[in-house]
Amino acid sequence: LDVKGNPCEDHCILQHSNRICVIALADAHPVLQKGKAIERISYQISANCSRLQNKVSGKSKRGAQFLTELAPLCRIYCSDGEEYTIYSCIRGRLIEVNESLLGDPSILQQKPFTDGYVAVVLPKFEESKTITQGLLTRKEYEEVLSKRFNSAS
Amino acid sequence: MNGFSSMIELSEKDKPIAQMLLNFGACPRCIFRFCRVELQAPYRRPEKELLCELRTFLQSNSNESESSCETVQPPCKRIRLESRKEEAEEQTANGSHQLTDAENDGNATDDNLRPPPVCTVCLGILQELCEMDFVKAVCQKINSSEYQFSSFVFSVSFPPQLSVREHAAWLLVKEEIGKQDLLVEKDDLVQLKEAYKWIIHPLFLEELGVPPADGKSLFEVSVVFAHPETDEDCHFLATACPSCFKSAKNKQSIFTRMAVVKALELIDDDDFLKNFQSPPSSPKTPCTAVDIQCTNGAIFVAGRYNKYSRTLPQTPWIIDGERKMESSVEELISEHLMTTFKADSFNFSSSGREDVDVRTLGNGRPFAIELVNPRRVHLTAEEMRALQQTINNSSDKVQVHDLQIVTREAIGHMKEGEEGKTKSYNALIWTEKEIRNEDVAVLDSMKELKLDQKTPLRVLHRRPLAVRVRVIHTMQSEYIDEHHFRLRLKSQAGTYIKEFVHGDFGRTKPNIGSLLGTTADILELDVESVDTDWPPALDN
Repeated sequence: LDVKGNPCEDHCILQHSNRICVIALADAHPVLQKGKAIERISYQISANCSRLQNKVSGKSKRGAQFLTELAPLCRIYCSDGEEYTIYSCIRGRLIEVNESLLGDPSILQQKPFTDGYVAVVLPKFEESKTITQGLLTRKEYEEVLSKRFNSAS
Repeated sequence: MNGFSSMIELSEKDKPIAQMLLNFGACPRCIFRFCRVELQAPYRRPEKELLCELRTFLQSNSNESESSCETVQPPCKRIRLESRKEEAEEQTANGSHQLTDAENDGNATDDNLRPPPVCTVCLGILQELCEMDFVKAVCQKINSSEYQFSSFVFSVSFPPQLSVREHAAWLLVKEEIGKQDLLVEKDDLVQLKEAYKWIIHPLFLEELGVPPADGKSLFEVSVVFAHPETDEDCHFLATACPSCFKSAKNKQSIFTRMAVVKALELIDDDDFLKNFQSPPSSPKTPCTAVDIQCTNGAIFVAGRYNKYSRTLPQTPWIIDGERKMESSVEELISEHLMTTFKADSFNFSSSGREDVDVRTLGNGRPFAIELVNPRRVHLTAEEMRALQQTINNSSDKVQVHDLQIVTREAIGHMKEGEEGKTKSYNALIWTEKEIRNEDVAVLDSMKELKLDQKTPLRVLHRRPLAVRVRVIHTMQSEYIDEHHFRLRLKSQAGTYIKEFVHGDFGRTKPNIGSLLGTTADILELDVESVDTDWPPALDN
């Protein structure tokens, strides 16, 4: 439950008690708010880095790409020409990306917190507690949203 | 040749070797070993008798008269050794020459009145440590430990410096044998351990009153000997053969018996003699048994259990060293088995597992428990029934049946082909959208539904990420109200039912939500049966 640099481009992080984190869009993200049509989603971050190439093996998840807070996960291209980048927001190893978004980007909007998740990230064991402490809770986030709404109107 | 030579199983050609070893400070039984006496009986005779005969036999060499050991006293070994030690230090490269020519410097003392000095080769192993007093002490320890056994195997561990001393003695013997043009390898000697067992085994059988085990028994008595006085004997090998001694984290000393044996194989004879005083110093005390342990082979107990609680985990649930739930299936069952069998520890395994909030009903889930080092190993069917009753009386959360002792091999049945088995479940499901009876009835017609299941997020931290194909054989719905229905399903073992219902972020496809065109979640889940015929049902 988290806020990012660009105005209103909020991300949502869901953490399981086993420290697995799911990265998704938050309510206020423009892609969810403005009813934009998503043209396509790309996990190609740069010419030689694609999140699709992430391969993990074994129960120790060898081969996972390591992400920092500011590491981009994917770019969303909207039909109106707008482009948004989704970031990892937390340090950890990339376990998987949601490949079903490639085929049907609209589930990102229809079910942002379930089927429309962006990626799964596993934080380091020793960091998993501090990572969640640095994030906003659902309640705190809603307060931020209402303040934002009040100052805008 | 005379009568004595045949009595002590040595022949004329063994004489120089025997004499040399006697001067070396070896005991009669070690002398037998180096002279390759393969008969067991001579080793079992009392040491004093052997020593006496041996001396007479060697005497008969120099003066042909058949003198008895009472009248002719051989030289005092201890004194002779001491003087020899000084000589040896001056000329350590090869000590054997001085030894052989110093045969009869007759300092007669009465050896028969005090125990023979500790052997420089076996450090007492083939002396007092293989005699009845020692056997009695070990047996007392065995009998005081409540073990139930019908036969036993005996294992011993000797300190590594025995190998060094053995090697020193061997080098001398080899040289003597070389003079006789005989071809003898170190392997041809009678091993210390072998001779030790020849002597001690019959004594144990007699003392414990059990039949011989022919090498196979689940009950093992192991004795560890140590001799701190001579621990430094090995140390020169570390500089002579550094490659053999890699420091291992969990070892107390780098001088393990294996490493020492390997180093002795590599080191050349001159290097050895340069670094090791030969003959070695005469030890003041014999080895001591620092550890005597008894272990019984593991016992396996199998059965089926039912779990009637939604707050009882299968195994103890501990996060960050803190207990989440009070007890567990594992503990409720094992506790009583541990008391009955008086085991050291246990290992619990089962055919699959269920979550803390899932009940296991019907015919129950097969489980097996390995009891490590049990004191008791035999229980009658009657006693097993009583044990089962004790478990069932102590908690209403867990009930067991078909409790029985099984073999280690039978445990394999439980684990093998687990995927081929089917399990039946009963789930209470919530839907976001309002549903009608017809909506859920469509599930009933789906047979052999194939699922692609990505490793659920809730177990992803401990299992590899993979897509697994699982089959739901049949489903049967039971409509409750607009948002709830029950679903009974038969599925292939290994299917994550909870994920099949809620979809796990769309990572299990299809799922109940996608099949019904809504969002679904699971409220309650029960295992109704685990379809295996193992362990066999008992008629009680």
